Parts: sequence; C-alpha cells; structure tokens
Amino acid sequence: MSQARPQGAAALVTGGSRGIGAAIAGALAADGWPVAVNYRNGAADAAATVASIEASGGRAVALHGDVADPAVPALLIEAAAEALGGPVLALVNNAGVRADGLALSLSDEDWRIVLDTNLGSTYRLTRVALRAMIRARFGRVINIASVVGPRANAGQANYAASKAAVIAFTKTAAVEVARRGVTINAVAPGLIATGMTEDIPEAFREKVPAGRAGTPEEVAAAVAFLASERAGYITGSTVYVDGGLSA
Amino acid sequence: MADPTTEQIEKVITDSLISFGANAEDINRDAELAALDIDSLDLAELSQIIEEHFGVELTSADVAEITTVGDAIDLVAERA
Repeated sequence: MSQARPQGAAALVTGGSRGIGAAIAGALAADGWPVAVNYRNGAADAAATVASIEASGGRAVALHGDVADPAVPALLIEAAAEALGGPVLALVNNAGVRADGLALSLSDEDWRIVLDTNLGSTYRLTRVALRAMIRARFGRVINIASVVGPRANAGQANYAASKAAVIAFTKTAAVEVARRGVTINAVAPGLIATGMTEDIPEAFREKVPAGRAGTPEEVAAAVAFLASERAGYITGSTVYVDGGLSA
Repeated sequence: MADPTTEQIEKVITDSLISFGANAEDINRDAELAALDIDSLDLAELSQIIEEHFGVELTSADVAEITTVGDAIDLVAERA
C-alpha cells in the first residue's frame, strides 16, 4: 500500500526558475505541494514562477544557490524546509547545463561543469534529502535525465555521460531506500521546447516520431505523477517523455 | 544538555531497533545487530537518531565497528 503524503511535506525543484523546472514547480504546486524554486541566475524568472504559483492559489518560495557548489545542497534543503515549514519530502533534481563539443575537443572545464552540475548536485541533494525521507517513511526523488545518455548524441559526450550516470544513480539509490517508502525515479525528456533547445536544428525535430517538440508541461505531468501517492510502487524507473524518440 | 544516562541511551537505541522491525524480546546487550535483522540502512537511520538525541555524530567507520547492541550503547555513552 502506498503511504500517504505526510502533512506539511515540502518540495524542492532545482533549476526551477524557467523551462522544464518552472513547469515542474507549477505542477507540484497544483497538486498541493508547497514548493521551493531554486535558481542560480535569473532571479526575475524565479520570482515570476513563484508569483504564477501564488496567483493559482499555491505556495512557493524562490531560493538562490548554485547546486554545483558542494556546500550548497545541505543549505538549500535546510532553507527550503525552514521557508516552507516542513521537511523536503519531494526533491526534483532538475538543474542542468550543457557545454557541447566533440569528445576529442572537450576541455576539462567543459567536462567538470557538466558533471558537477548534472550529476554531482543530484547525488549531493539526494544524499541530504534522504535523511528526512527515511525518517518520514515517505519520500519522492525525481531526477531529470535525458534521452541523451541512454542514446548517443554527437557533440554531447559530457552531457550524455552525466545523464546516463544519473539514471544509474537513480536505480541503485532507489533499491537502497525502497523499504522506507521512499521512491527514486528518473524522467528522461526528449526534445522539449525551452530556451535550452532553441539552437537544435530542424532536422533533429524530424526524427521525433510524434513529429513535434514536447512542452515543459508534458514533462512536468510525469514528474507530478511520480511525486504523487499514486506512484508509491514505482521506483528505480526511468520514464521517457520524448514523443517516441527512444522507442 | 546534561550527559545522558546509559539507561536513556539504551532506551533510544532499543526503541529504534524495534521501529526497524526487531523483536523486543530478542534485544539485549549481547544481541548481534545482524541477528536482529538490522541492516546498513537501519544503522544509517540509527546514526541520525543518535545524533538528534545525543548530539553524537557517528561516522560510517564508527558504525562498522558496532556488532552488538551493547557496542552501540557503549560507543554513544563514551562520546556523549
């Protein structure tokens, strides 16, 4: 039997100021989660996301912090719990960056920044958040992966490595805490229309079986479901939201 | 906070082990945690509970040294 979401449980979405993250924050708030919207730059976007949630009757707060900094995750989880008046029992590791280039010409810095942000922050935030989740006997961690990783994408060896590793981390961490009512899953978006994908050529779009790019809200819907009580028996899974691209 | 008594430490540890599914009647100082079906996740949670109650931080190396219920009680009593 799936556990009920404890009273006062809060959600934290990293990289939540715009794009997929903002849509996820909105979807969780619509499901009754008080939401902390983390951002690194783009305070105005974060404020707009919070305002939009509040206008719809939800509760949200914007929290600044670069999740690639190893010191930030613990502070962020604590700040979210304090601002929202309850422990973070839903964590969405969405913050991600790209620094594209062929493997033979990637710089160490391109490698480091992508791995630290996409993978390192996922691991560190999850590690901290699990403490409250295992005590609460309820928790939801949703890691935003990508179709890139399970599949190749020339020019994104660093990004692919980080996202494939996020899926691997998701699986193993999930089995470690499954007995405590804590689920950990990944959502792997395909081509989604956001600022991060504006430069993707039309030819790539034509490879998507659905014949179009997805919307941030379509990714957010999968995340909100995985965060819900109804998804209590789904753990260690990766849900592809990609219009059939990886099928 | 004044130093906790051994009885207080014993109670917190015993209550925690029961909450992890150990049978109350099997718990005594000489009982091995493995025999009580206490696994590494339980021990990680027990470390958190000990930290919250007594302010004692146990590293994973400390936890690895704990075999019996008595080992856990003595370690916390020594550090508190």
